[in-house]
Amino acid sequence: MAPAILQARQVRREFNGKPVLDGIDLEVSPGDLIAIIGPSGCGKSTFLRCMNGLETIDSGVVSVHGTDLRSPKEMGASEFARSAQIVRSKMGMVFQSFNLFPHLTILQNLTMAPRVVKGELAPEIGARKLLEKVGLSEKADRFPRELSGGQKQRAAIARALAMNPEIMLYDEPTSALDPALVQEVLSVMKALDNDGMTQIVVTHEMRFAREVADRVAFVDRGRVVEIGTPEEVFDHPKNVRTRDFLKHLSKDPR
Amino acid sequence: MNRSVLAAILFALTFSFVPELFAQASLAELPPLRWGADVESGAPFAFKDPNDPDKLAGFEVEIVEAVAAKLGRRAVFVQNNWEGLVEGLKRGDYDVAINGIEITSDRKQVITFSSPYYVTSEVLTVRIDENRISKVADIQGKRVGTLAASLAQRLLAQLPFPMETVTYSEEIHAYNDLEIGRIDAVFLDEPIALYYAGPNKKLKQVGEPVGRLEYGIASRLEDRELAIQVERALDEIVKNGTLKKILERWALWNSLSAEAFKQDARAATEPVAYNAFIDSVTRSITLGERLERYASFLPLLAKGAWMTLAISVVSMALAVVVGLLTALGRLYGPRFLSFLLSAYIEVFRGTPLLIQLFLLFYGLPHIGIRLEPFTAAVIGLGLNYGASEAENYRAGIQSVPREQGEAARALGLTQVQSLRYVVLPQAVRVVMPPVTNDFIALLKDSSLVSVITMVELTSTYGQLASTYFDYMGIGLLTAAVYFLIGLPFVRLAKRFDRLANAPH
Repeated sequence: MAPAILQARQVRREFNGKPVLDGIDLEVSPGDLIAIIGPSGCGKSTFLRCMNGLETIDSGVVSVHGTDLRSPKEMGASEFARSAQIVRSKMGMVFQSFNLFPHLTILQNLTMAPRVVKGELAPEIGARKLLEKVGLSEKADRFPRELSGGQKQRAAIARALAMNPEIMLYDEPTSALDPALVQEVLSVMKALDNDGMTQIVVTHEMRFAREVADRVAFVDRGRVVEIGTPEEVFDHPKNVRTRDFLKHLSKDPR
Repeated sequence: MNRSVLAAILFALTFSFVPELFAQASLAELPPLRWGADVESGAPFAFKDPNDPDKLAGFEVEIVEAVAAKLGRRAVFVQNNWEGLVEGLKRGDYDVAINGIEITSDRKQVITFSSPYYVTSEVLTVRIDENRISKVADIQGKRVGTLAASLAQRLLAQLPFPMETVTYSEEIHAYNDLEIGRIDAVFLDEPIALYYAGPNKKLKQVGEPVGRLEYGIASRLEDRELAIQVERALDEIVKNGTLKKILERWALWNSLSAEAFKQDARAATEPVAYNAFIDSVTRSITLGERLERYASFLPLLAKGAWMTLAISVVSMALAVVVGLLTALGRLYGPRFLSFLLSAYIEVFRGTPLLIQLFLLFYGLPHIGIRLEPFTAAVIGLGLNYGASEAENYRAGIQSVPREQGEAARALGLTQVQSLRYVVLPQAVRVVMPPVTNDFIALLKDSSLVSVITMVELTSTYGQLASTYFDYMGIGLLTAAVYFLIGLPFVRLAKRFDRLANAPH
């Protein structure tokens, strides 16, 4: 296995005295697509947000390409902010509710961060290529409100890619979409996987996880309970909680 | 943040130009003699000439010009409310105040008075059909009007029986209220009664004149040299008969003054100025003449409107900058700053603008800070509206979903960049309609700055209306001007409202 590009060790995080992350561990190699599954409220979204410092951790460490994120108390608030800034420059993030900027056109959504953060003078050229890649070339000058949900999410992926990240994080990217629109988003993610992008996806799309993920991590009660290839986790789950979760899922019409 | 730097520069520029607007090229070698008075409802003292509202008329105008000529200085008029004349003098807004200011012992504690330039009494005026009141003793239990801060008001307070005093700031309103029955009598200086009650057929003077009033030229205690020069000049125009002639022209020559000046009590000159005034107010005019008159007001009203607009625009610019900084400080600043800023907001929103203006203009000089009227007006309006703007902007920023800021930060933007490029541009859409409405409100509230000597639209109205006794016609004309200034902004507010309600 190649050296880890992202590593989380014993990450803990409490909300109002209740542990949401209870010593969680994860290691991601370059080019991996990791699917994180688990019951709602298990901490998987919080975990994802800790990876780029949108959420702070109470103890443990998240290490991205050699930059460590620890509790702000431990490393100091300004040091944390500086490290989070470095980490974010290497990671793109895609949200469940897209969070496109409504006051900007799609093209401007893509070019704003490269221009503001990196000082790029002509980010439009790269941005148009990305829009072509996600199939939204015609929508460049439209506003987010004029797009369908699937188009919005593809635009959001392109926006994150415009910053040239090494890792992409997805927080339930298809949960807010009509079932008919899910595939167009997933196929973009599949294409990125083929390009060798490292991706971490919090998802309920078990079929996608099974077909595309290199590894699947089952998270419950703030820990990674089980991690392995899709076959290992879906077909031969070792842990009783994993089995319970998958059993309930198969009853679910979705 | 280029935009805020630009705003700061604009703001600084605006203020640095303001003094230029008011500076007047001094032609004479000596500095002009600036004199303060209130020309609103100012006949026969100092008022806008009904025959040419661009000019001042009045016996005090003639006196001050005669005195200034003796001093070899040009007389320059400065408008102030009558009640604020002494404070304005102390502030240094003008060198002398001449406006029927009675010489009293407590005023002498704070200003220097010349010898009297006129001596007179108080008189009682009632309606023509009044038969219960024929002398001062009869006003027991009645409602009596007088001028605020006048000697007449204090004489009424010293009466040994109960009665109700109603104070006015313009004499014309007192006599109008008497005529329509809101009050039973008016107790005021004889020259005022002569000019405001005299021409009115529905009013009459009753009883003997009471008390003795001496009007003096007021100057600052520390300006001893000026006081001596004024005294000498006044003495000269008394001795050479100039003052007597002026008072006679205005039908004001009386035995009390004659005694004080040791001159003949009989008048030698025709009261031409008085006759002209009475003629101008009693002569009924045709509709055509009236319209012609209104047309002649337009330059004055335009000047007032321009001042109103200038005050409003500069104040609003200040309010926007103050409001934005305050909102950002409250939302993102450390706790003590946030506390200070919310205290500022509460204090300025919780106290009347009028009091704030008075404190800025007349209060601050007591601790050594003397603001120009324009500056005081802009700071007062700007800080007051800045407090409401701050709350507007805070609400606007908070209306932008938290996720927008998160998405920006996930893309690597710093907190400041996220505000600048993501949160504020969205907040602006929400905030523009209330901000435009606030500007329209400010435009109207700017009428309050007439209390700190600014001659803007409302104060122009007061001066014109009291000159022609025409509160209705000129009032409608002035309201129309306000409406016209505000109209483009009302349209703008509607447009912003549509934009803000458009779907994202």
